[in-house]
Amino acid sequence: MSDLMKDPLILRQIIMDHYEYPRNHHLTEDEHYHKAHMASESCIDDITVMAKIEDNIVKDVCFDGVACTISTASTSIMTELLIGKTVEEAEAIVKEYYKMIELLPFDEEVLQEAIAFHQVGKQANRIKCATIGFKAIEECIKEHKHE
Amino acid sequence: MFEVNKVRQDFPLLKKAGESSKPLIYLDNAATTLKPQSVIDAVTRYYTDYSVNIHRGDYDLSYQVSDYYEKTRKTVASFIQADVNEVVFTAGASASLNLVAYGYGEKYIQENDVILSTESEHASSILPWFRVASQKKASIEYVPLTEDGQITIENFKHAMHAKVKVVVIAHISNVLGYVVPIKELTEIAHSFGAIVIVDGAQSVPHIQTRVKDWDIDFLAFSAHKMYGPTGVGVLYGKYQLLDSIEPYYLGGGSNARFDRCGNITLKNPPYKFEAGTPAIEAVLGLKAAIEYIESIGFDAIEKVEHELRTYLINHLKEFKHIKLYNPDATSGIVTLNAIGIPSQDAAIYLNSKGIMVRAGNHCAKILLDVLKTPDTIRISLSFYNTKEECDAIIEALREITLEKCIDLIF
Repeated sequence: MSDLMKDPLILRQIIMDHYEYPRNHHLTEDEHYHKAHMASESCIDDITVMAKIEDNIVKDVCFDGVACTISTASTSIMTELLIGKTVEEAEAIVKEYYKMIELLPFDEEVLQEAIAFHQVGKQANRIKCATIGFKAIEECIKEHKHE
Repeated sequence: MFEVNKVRQDFPLLKKAGESSKPLIYLDNAATTLKPQSVIDAVTRYYTDYSVNIHRGDYDLSYQVSDYYEKTRKTVASFIQADVNEVVFTAGASASLNLVAYGYGEKYIQENDVILSTESEHASSILPWFRVASQKKASIEYVPLTEDGQITIENFKHAMHAKVKVVVIAHISNVLGYVVPIKELTEIAHSFGAIVIVDGAQSVPHIQTRVKDWDIDFLAFSAHKMYGPTGVGVLYGKYQLLDSIEPYYLGGGSNARFDRCGNITLKNPPYKFEAGTPAIEAVLGLKAAIEYIESIGFDAIEKVEHELRTYLINHLKEFKHIKLYNPDATSGIVTLNAIGIPSQDAAIYLNSKGIMVRAGNHCAKILLDVLKTPDTIRISLSFYNTKEECDAIIEALREITLEKCIDLIF
């Protein structure tokens, strides 16, 4: 495990930064985007993720909605991770992220800032928050593949 | 004389918590309440000592359990000051509210009629009327709330008019905890010829209910929010109204006769609404719950819950980082946010201190447009809560920060 992951102060800083200044935090009217709305019955999270996928490349990802710190920060990090990746690369990142959430061995290199959530799987009541954005982008990719 | 430490011994979960070093501070009583031993015993006694179905009079055990079941109806009737044939057992307040919306809406609502409700209404009371309105081409209107989220007699008067046929209103809002002046509102509604359906889920456990004195037409409430079992509730209705509306569903137990041509003769109320084998053990548990509440008495319940609320508010209002949404409400519901911290993160932080509260929009999604926040933390008190428990949440809210909330995941 890298030193970075052992330092909760740095990890907290990553999460705070993405919560307070979420990246790609807007929606678009552009019809070329796929859209996934995720609303949770049991918590406040209610977010929409939109993704533009062309020529097998994730050209853009954006999101908006009401969500807790963990949902907002993890979704913000997800958008940065996936923009510019091929569909296969994006799918691999999502898969790696879920491995981390399930507390299985995972590739730190691939997940970059998302490693801030490497312990979240120990808290059952936050797993949904930490995965909501990733579930949404999966929906977008699935929709793209069905086209 | 009310002694909280003695009362807490009646609740196995609180008793266990008292003996453990791990705190268990339950402040989500508007969601459901903990159960005293007497209720648990009543439920298990049904399965150990009776176990048979009701209304099968040919054998002694069924006779006995039917008798016990019907005695519960009497207990409920006297508890809310109704007549015994005006008490319908349902699966809970939501089922009761759906029953009225279906029964009354189907029979009496016409095109262009208006159903009047409020912006603080719970999904369970308003959603069934959304459907009635859409099927009957009727419309829903809302009593505007005051700036702090209250319903006043003045606002209500302005909202009433001749087209309003039904008023659906919670006696105590589950988000803001204000007690509405139900007797006065009912009188106004009746003067326009409208009936009044009261969601009593949050009020029946905490203040004395007087259906006859208030002259309300229907009242819905759940046993589980009043220290009783889940899965059972009550619909009170004025007898002639219950007699005039159709049941939501049909089946065994609700009909007196039927023939192969499809003719059905329904039983009289309340039985025509009680098709199928009910949650017998839960009904018997409800009897024990009411007896428990009566053993404490509403004077003590109201006094203790009000003292706790005042104590909590007086401390929390000193904190600049805590926004209180209902400092002036009188019930045990305290709604707040820690500024800059999503309610869910705050609730999870409180959970790390053993404190259970509710975060979210509390099934009253329209109200949050009024409060200008998507969600809140709701503390809801019961007489079994203590000043020490209030101190624990006061301390936790004093020191809460976004950083501390996030650090919980490391």
